[in-house]
Amino acid sequence: MSGDADLLEPLEGRIVRDPVLLAFAELVGARTDDRVAVEGGRSQWDVGGPPADDVRLVRAPEGVVDLNPAEMIVQVRAGTTVSALLERLAPLGQTVALPDPAPGVSTVGGVLAVGRSGIDRLGRGHIRETLLQARIVTAEGLLVTAGGPTVKNVTGFDLARLLVGSLGRLGLVADVLLRTRPLPERSVWLAGPTDPFALRDALHRPASLLWDGTTTWVRLEGYGADVDAETATCVAAGLAPVDGPPELPGNRLSFRPRDLAGLAARAAGPFVAEVGVGVVHATWSAPPTTVDPVVDALHDRLFDLFDPHGRLNPGRDPRRR
Amino acid sequence: MTISRTTTTAERSDGEVVDALRTALAADRVHTDELELALYGRDASLLRGDAVAVCFPRTTAEVQACVRIARRFDRPFTVRGSGTGLAGGAVPLGRPILIVTTKMADLVEVDLVDRIAWVEPGMLNLDLTRMLRRHGFHFAPDPSSQQSCSIGGNVANNSGGPHCLAYGVTSAHVVAVEVVLPDGEVVVLGGLDAEPDGLDLRGVFVGSEGCFGIATRVAVRLTPDPPAVLTLLADFLDPLDAVAAVSAIVAAGVVPAAIEMMDQRITQAAEAFVHAGYPTDAGAILLVEVDGLPGGVDAERGIVERVCREHGARTVRVAVDEAERMLLWKGRKTAFGAVARIRPNYYLHDTVVPRTRLLEVLTKVYEIAERHDLIVMNVFHAGDGNLHPLLVFDAREPGVLDRVHAAGEEIVRVSLEAGGVLSGEHGIGLEKKPFMGWQFTRQDLDAQARIRDAFDPDGVANPAKLLPEGSRCGDIAHLDAADRERLLQSGVWV
Repeated sequence: MSGDADLLEPLEGRIVRDPVLLAFAELVGARTDDRVAVEGGRSQWDVGGPPADDVRLVRAPEGVVDLNPAEMIVQVRAGTTVSALLERLAPLGQTVALPDPAPGVSTVGGVLAVGRSGIDRLGRGHIRETLLQARIVTAEGLLVTAGGPTVKNVTGFDLARLLVGSLGRLGLVADVLLRTRPLPERSVWLAGPTDPFALRDALHRPASLLWDGTTTWVRLEGYGADVDAETATCVAAGLAPVDGPPELPGNRLSFRPRDLAGLAARAAGPFVAEVGVGVVHATWSAPPTTVDPVVDALHDRLFDLFDPHGRLNPGRDPRRR
Repeated sequence: MTISRTTTTAERSDGEVVDALRTALAADRVHTDELELALYGRDASLLRGDAVAVCFPRTTAEVQACVRIARRFDRPFTVRGSGTGLAGGAVPLGRPILIVTTKMADLVEVDLVDRIAWVEPGMLNLDLTRMLRRHGFHFAPDPSSQQSCSIGGNVANNSGGPHCLAYGVTSAHVVAVEVVLPDGEVVVLGGLDAEPDGLDLRGVFVGSEGCFGIATRVAVRLTPDPPAVLTLLADFLDPLDAVAAVSAIVAAGVVPAAIEMMDQRITQAAEAFVHAGYPTDAGAILLVEVDGLPGGVDAERGIVERVCREHGARTVRVAVDEAERMLLWKGRKTAFGAVARIRPNYYLHDTVVPRTRLLEVLTKVYEIAERHDLIVMNVFHAGDGNLHPLLVFDAREPGVLDRVHAAGEEIVRVSLEAGGVLSGEHGIGLEKKPFMGWQFTRQDLDAQARIRDAFDPDGVANPAKLLPEGSRCGDIAHLDAADRERLLQSGVWV
C-alpha cells in the first residue's frame, strides 16, 4: 500500500461542518501573516509568559452544545466559562473535574490550555483526564479533531493529551468533549492540627488534602455512610468540620509528593501544599528550572512543525511555567 | 556438487548488523535462526513480518546501542514486549532490528510515599500487581491478557481492561517514562514532581505504539486496593436487555469498577472451560463489579440489582466470597482461550461506540456475522461501550478469511457510523491502519503525522504502523488542485 489513493475518505459526521467552528477557523486563518493570541478570562494570563504585544486577540466561541448525562459526556465551546458549564451540569447530578480559578471568568479552553488541575486533583485525577476530544484551529486556519468522542479511545497518536497545558501553541481550542462525573452524594471539609501524611494513609481516597505546615484540611466526598465513617476517623485524629479550604497564596510550585514533609522547616514564607500531589501554593517563587536539552529540542520541533511561523500565542511557552 | 552463489549487498550488510549487535550485547542475546525469526515475525494477530535479528537487551544502554546500530546501518527498528498485541503493532516490517524487552523485567523501585513504582518494560502486568499486593496497592490497568502482557506493551498501546471503566486506561497510571528516542538519545518524559515543565510528552508517548522510541523504564502510579469489593452476575434472556441495563446503570449515576458483558455463545464456551457457574441458558450475562468504601459498595449494589431487574434480569447473584469472585472473573478473562473449543482461529475487533448506541450496533454485528455465514461471539467492556466482537473460524476452510475480513470491515464501519472510534485499547498497528481515513480527515492525520515527525523525523521507529500512507500532507499550500478542492468541499477553511 502506498500513495494517497489508499487513504479512505472520512465517514459522514467526521468532517466538521459546524458553522460556529468554521467561522472561528476563518477568523484565525483570515490572514496568515499576522500573529494571533486567544483570550479567555485572563485569569492565568501570565502563566508561561503573557502573549507578545503585537498580537491580534481572538476569542473562542461560547456555549454548552450538548449535555449527554447518560454518556457522561458534555460538548462545550472553549470560550464558555467553567462556572457556566458547572451550572448546567449540576441539575443533572454531574460535574467536570476542571478547576475554576476565577469563578465566572475562567474559561474551559483557558483552563485546559494552561493545564493546571484544581485542589481536588488527589481525588478526581489530573485535568488532562477530563478531555476526550478537542477541535482546534491550526496555524494554517484548518480545523483538526484531536482525540475522539468516546470515554475510551486509543485511536491514533494522542494529540488531545498534548494540547492540555500547551498554552495554545499547537492550535487554538475551539470546542471540546469532556468526561463528566456524578456529583458526590455528600461532600465535607474538615481541618485541624493533624499530620497530613498519616491522615492520608488512614483514609481511602480523600478528594483533597491540604497542609500549611501546621493545619491540615481534608475534603471527603462520596456516599453519605462512607463520608460519615471517614469523618469519624478525621475527628478522632483531631479535625473538625470547616466551611472550606484555606486561602491559597498566589505562586505555584511543583514538588515530588515525598518532598513536602520537610517543607515547613525550609519554607521561605506561608504556603499551602497539596499533600499526595506535590503542588505548593506559596508566597515565594521557585528558581527557574532548566529543561533537558533533548526534551527542549523535541518542543522546538513540535512547535516548528505545528506552527512554523510562530503565529499562535507567541510569547507563551509551556516550558516556562 | 558445489553450488556457487553470490553474496548480495543486503546479506553482507545483514551480517555486519548482526556482528555489531553481538558485539554490543552478547552473542547469545542476538538471535538470527530462521525458527526464531519466524516466531518473532508475528504477534497475536494474523499478520507476519521479518526482522534482520532479534535482540534481547538487558539495560537501557543496550537498548540505546541497538538503536544506534540501527541508525549506523540505516535500518529501522521495532520494539516488542510479550507479543500479545492483536493489531500487528509489533510485527517487524522493513527488515528492522527487533528489540525484545522480555529480559528487562525488574521491579526497580517501589515508593509508597509517592505511591509510584519504577518498573522495566518487560515486567508482566499481573506480576507487578502481585508484587504490590503485600503493600495494599495494585496497577489498575488489567487487560485480559494480564498474565502475559508486559508493562512496556501496555504503555505502547495505552492498554485498558475491565477496570478501566472507573480507573482509566494506562495513560492515567504512568507518571514518567525513560525513553530511548529514535536518534538514540535517552530522556525522561513526564516526571515525579507534581507539574513537570513543558508539553505533556509523556502523555503523547503513551499509546504511540513504538513509533516514538522505546520505553526502558516506566514510573507507574500505585492504586490503593479498595476496602470493599462486590462482584454481581446478572443474567438476561435477551442480550439486548442486558445492553439496555448497562446504559441505565450509568445513567443512574453509578460508575461501577467494571461492567462486562458476555453473550450466550461465549458464556457457554467459558463455562465449559472454567466451570464458573455461569447460566448457560442465558441470552447474555453481565459481570458488574462495585468497589470502594463499604457504604458506597452497598448503595451501588442496590442500584445495580434494581436496574438489572427492571431491565428483565432473571437473577442477580452476588459472589459470596473471594473464591467465587475470582472464579467469575476467571471465566471472563480466559474467554478467548475457551473459544478454541469451537473453532481453531479467531479474529477480534476492538471498536468503541457511545454506550447509548450499543444496542443498535450489537444488533448490526449479529446481522453482519450471519450475512457472512460466520460465528460471532461477544464478550466486551460494556460499561465503556468497548465492543470486542470475536469472529471464530477455521482458517483451513477455503475462502473463510475473505469473509472474516469483509465482516470485520463492516463491523468497523457500523461502529464509526454510530459515532464510535476504531480502537478502545488494542491500538491501530497494521490491522486498523487502513481504516484511519474513515475516522480522521486528511488534516487530522496530518497533525498526528507531525507529532511523529517531531519524535522520529527519519521514520525509523516501527515504520509503516498506525498512520496510513499519505497522512502527511506537507505544507497544505502545496496540495494539488484536486486535493484543495476536496478539502474545500469538505467544509474546511483552507
